[in-house]
Amino acid sequence: MLGLVWALMRVSGIRILTGLSAALINVIRGIPIIVLLFYIYFVMPDFGIALSALQAAIIGLGIAYSAYQAENFRAGIEAIDKGQIEAAQTIGMGWWLTMRRVVLPQAVRIILPPYGNIMIMMLKDSSQASTITVAELALQGKLIASSTFKNTSVFTLVALMYLTMSIPLILLVRHFENKANRK
Amino acid sequence: MIELNDVHKSFGKVEVLKGITASVAKSEVVCIIGPSGSGKSTILRCINGLESYDRGEISVEGARVDQGNRSIVAIRTQVSMVFQRFNLFPHRTALENVIEGPLYVKKEPREAAIARGRALLAQVGLADKAEVHPPKLSGGQQQRVAIARALAMQPKAILFDEPTSALDPELVGEVLSVMRKLADDGMTMVVVTHEMGFARDVADRVLFIDGGVIVEQGAAKSVLNQPQHPRTQDFLRRVLHPL
Repeated sequence: MLGLVWALMRVSGIRILTGLSAALINVIRGIPIIVLLFYIYFVMPDFGIALSALQAAIIGLGIAYSAYQAENFRAGIEAIDKGQIEAAQTIGMGWWLTMRRVVLPQAVRIILPPYGNIMIMMLKDSSQASTITVAELALQGKLIASSTFKNTSVFTLVALMYLTMSIPLILLVRHFENKANRK
Repeated sequence: MIELNDVHKSFGKVEVLKGITASVAKSEVVCIIGPSGSGKSTILRCINGLESYDRGEISVEGARVDQGNRSIVAIRTQVSMVFQRFNLFPHRTALENVIEGPLYVKKEPREAAIARGRALLAQVGLADKAEVHPPKLSGGQQQRVAIARALAMQPKAILFDEPTSALDPELVGEVLSVMRKLADDGMTMVVVTHEMGFARDVADRVLFIDGGVIVEQGAAKSVLNQPQHPRTQDFLRRVLHPL
């Protein structure tokens, strides 16, 4: 959702919103996720915002991936023929109504495949949350492996568990793609 | 009804409209002819506020057309536009295309909008295509849906921007006959066209534009049959007798 907000700001045609969104997206994309997580978890308390490791991980990953999704949404929106936007204007539609009724329903079809890709990347990148002490899957695996020395079994199991989470996501996105294409 | 007074418009350093002054009365059909790049389409786009203009004034029923003003929405609901490439919404059926404006802009009740949408599709000869999506229609059928969509806003005038230029020759007639019927019913129309036969038979007046200025204007038959200006004569000779 945050990615969609950035993208709508970027294509709004309002100079200050476009500039703000472009700057935010570039800054977020330019910082490694791990640094962003450190910043939220270790630096924000200096400004009076103390978050738990889990909260910091969710917010950090959400913000980081919103920038990638924003560019994905923007590409989808800008792929819609400008003639349709003009046609919407000539029947009196404003900017938001044009987006809601004309542009976004079509852009979704373009956006969905890369959207799914990015979501899967985010799911896998949740392992980075271990760096700020979130006891997520990879970290738990590492702890168990180091205490049992059953590296092969433990890490194979970790990989399978990631797959178990990714595959339903892949199937869900495919379902939405098929649904959008049928319309 | 539509007034243009000394309208200037530039794209970068290129001035495409160099002081256009013209008017269109209620129920009048005015055809704009001229070579490519002469500024014909830009005039329509300025009337509808799709393009801003740099100097002069355009008004529709006394209201100034100003792209940056909210009043532009009200003007657009009075002056519809039909495009060369139809610009239908491909994800919506023909009927949904037609009722989109009445439902979401004019906030008409759904049942009434659907009934009128079906009647309009019947008027343009497409009653049986209401549930079909535009990509499955021929070019001529798509353009007729676009005309029905324009009519659905119950406009006081319709601007046609080369409505038959993107059509296969055998499909031109079906669109022109719908337009001819609209003219007979008293619709105010401004038509940018290369269809000289249509202009001669249907238009009340013809404007010949070249290089961003109106070179010649007058009654359709007079301009097309006895053009006075050498540039108009040359243009018509080349359009009517290309070989």
